[in-house]
Amino acid sequence: MARLTETNVALAREIIARYPRKKSALIPLLHLAQEQDGYVTDEAMQHLAELVDVTPAQVLGTASFYEMFKFHPVGRYVVNICGTMSCALLGAHELIERAEAKLGVRSGGTTPDGAITIERAECQAACTEAPCLQVNYRYRYRVTPDQLDTLLDDLAAGRLADEIPPHGTLQANRQRIPADRWVGPRAPEDVSVPPVWMVDRTDSPDSTDSPDSSEETTP
Amino acid sequence: MTGFVGTYPHAAGFYAGDRPRIVTGRFEHADSFTLERYLATDGYAGLRAALEMTPQQVHDEVRGGTILGRGGAGFPAGVKWGLMPEGVYPRYLVVNGDESEPGTYKDRLLMERDPHQLIEGCLIAAYAVGLSQVFLYVRGEMALAQERVAAALNEAYAAGYIGKSILGTDFSVDIVLHWGAGAYVVGEETALIESLEGNRGEPRLKPPFFPAAIGLYGKPTIVNNVETLSNLPWLLRNGATEFVKIGTETSPGTRMVAISGHVKRPGVFEIINGTTTFRDIIYGDDFCQGIRDDNELKSFVPGGGSAPWFLPDQLDLPFESKPVGAAGSMLGSGAVMVMDATTDIPAASLTLVRFYAHESCGQCTPCREGATWLEQILQRVVDGLGTRRDLEMLFEAGGTICPGDFPHAASERLGIEAQPFPFKMTTICFVGPSAYTAIHSALTLFPDEFEAKVAANGNGPTPIPVIVSTSAGGGA
Repeated sequence: MARLTETNVALAREIIARYPRKKSALIPLLHLAQEQDGYVTDEAMQHLAELVDVTPAQVLGTASFYEMFKFHPVGRYVVNICGTMSCALLGAHELIERAEAKLGVRSGGTTPDGAITIERAECQAACTEAPCLQVNYRYRYRVTPDQLDTLLDDLAAGRLADEIPPHGTLQANRQRIPADRWVGPRAPEDVSVPPVWMVDRTDSPDSTDSPDSSEETTP
Repeated sequence: MTGFVGTYPHAAGFYAGDRPRIVTGRFEHADSFTLERYLATDGYAGLRAALEMTPQQVHDEVRGGTILGRGGAGFPAGVKWGLMPEGVYPRYLVVNGDESEPGTYKDRLLMERDPHQLIEGCLIAAYAVGLSQVFLYVRGEMALAQERVAAALNEAYAAGYIGKSILGTDFSVDIVLHWGAGAYVVGEETALIESLEGNRGEPRLKPPFFPAAIGLYGKPTIVNNVETLSNLPWLLRNGATEFVKIGTETSPGTRMVAISGHVKRPGVFEIINGTTTFRDIIYGDDFCQGIRDDNELKSFVPGGGSAPWFLPDQLDLPFESKPVGAAGSMLGSGAVMVMDATTDIPAASLTLVRFYAHESCGQCTPCREGATWLEQILQRVVDGLGTRRDLEMLFEAGGTICPGDFPHAASERLGIEAQPFPFKMTTICFVGPSAYTAIHSALTLFPDEFEAKVAANGNGPTPIPVIVSTSAGGGA
């Protein structure tokens, strides 16, 4: 609980290597830290700062902008009930009140057993399926109050553990770039000529620059 | 959800109908997101066709198709690519998959149901304009879309469609999946770039420099929407001449539209550009089949939460940028939100005002402060504590974000003419004006409903601002 584990450091380095600038990896790395601990700890932000060569304050500066990052423990399941227009037109308000009454916490709060956090969320891009909600960013569509009750009961009892990973785990799978297929990024300042196919396959006479042969080298 | 031809339960909300399908052609297959299915349905044939041409020819073909950007601004993709300064490299493509405009649901569907189509679109763009790298930015909250895109990228890398020497040619490019962490404003292209650089997602000032000239890492960058790029494989397979046969001359092709709210059958439809009217979409048997409980239509938002509202007066307008703009609104991101006669208009507008107040990045004072005040004052009105002075203040606060005339629809009932686009703004990006849009439309088109809310309190002095409830205010 704190700095990234060895496995996660290896994964972090793999992600960092995909970007021309290390800092670009910051948001995916913050997700990784949140996946490890359920929320983003101060120690993890310190560690990320070392990994991408920025100050811890810069990491916090970025992290604090984004709503998905939590800086204190939250429930194992974060239930985001959408309250924007299409959902509001079809009963989101009732769902949020129902959840608050049932769990005895206000939006933004966590049940005392640490099982469920409820949040009133903004548009989740499922407007035709209103009212909708997400549990750890997994959708539930056209939710009725009764279905919400059942869902909250199931979550509290741990019955959906197979379907929904704990808060922090966003993607169940990851992008993996095979080494033999990887072109690799180059620092923007090291590239000044068009890539090789732009030169080879030109039908205009103005591009006479030499092909960028280093485009072929493995990073 | 059953019994309708072309209804696919695995593609939630999507209805095929009897229409040409350019980007949703594979949705009928339950396994549409796999490489196996993709290859069995013309997959990567557009890329192969492109690789037979010179990059310039591919660019010309895309320009010939006049694919208007499907993200909201409607700028033609081929023209956007051409704005990059000649001979300046490296060049980057950032795919905007940060779909979060209220009412919009299409890019997520395309990423979840047909990620290879998007990848192929990226490769065609990369080949045509000489990109060094592609970053596919998927909204943070879309776990499934991220998983499907990641899996598709892994498949495509392994099969030789991405990476070094693609399909054995001299064309090589990486596509990197990037994912956000929850911020509406990051859908704005310069904020998207800031976010991708690992910063707070605050939009950059433009003009003078647009991303095409100074973008990611200060280099020429194209930012294209998911749906825009998803059109490219079809266009390259069939040619621009076939593409422009669908739709109208100024808006060729199709576009995905999500219709939500008080309709009998809310859904996502791929419609023919330009010729389909709002009446077709809302009342057509092949679309939403009318208003729920056969109620009267009260109002509808034609192009996402940022678009000024329309009345039944505007139902016969075609789904095309120009006429909609002249009528005082915009098509935006292809999202129609429908309100029936039972809707409490002030409460409904509050849900949108609150959205923008919540999503303001805080960079520009008129938006940060203005949107917050709009929300607080409107909350007071909706709670029955407002006065007539509050209604004036809503216009005043909005006027600090957008001075002068603001676009709105015409109303025969009220005897008002349409105020067409554009408008003036005091903020860097469109989040500020968008915070004003809903309340401006609601106040302008339904003044009586606001009057009813404040009548009891009359012209009295403004009470002390109430603290905005942390719970939902709720629509009708």
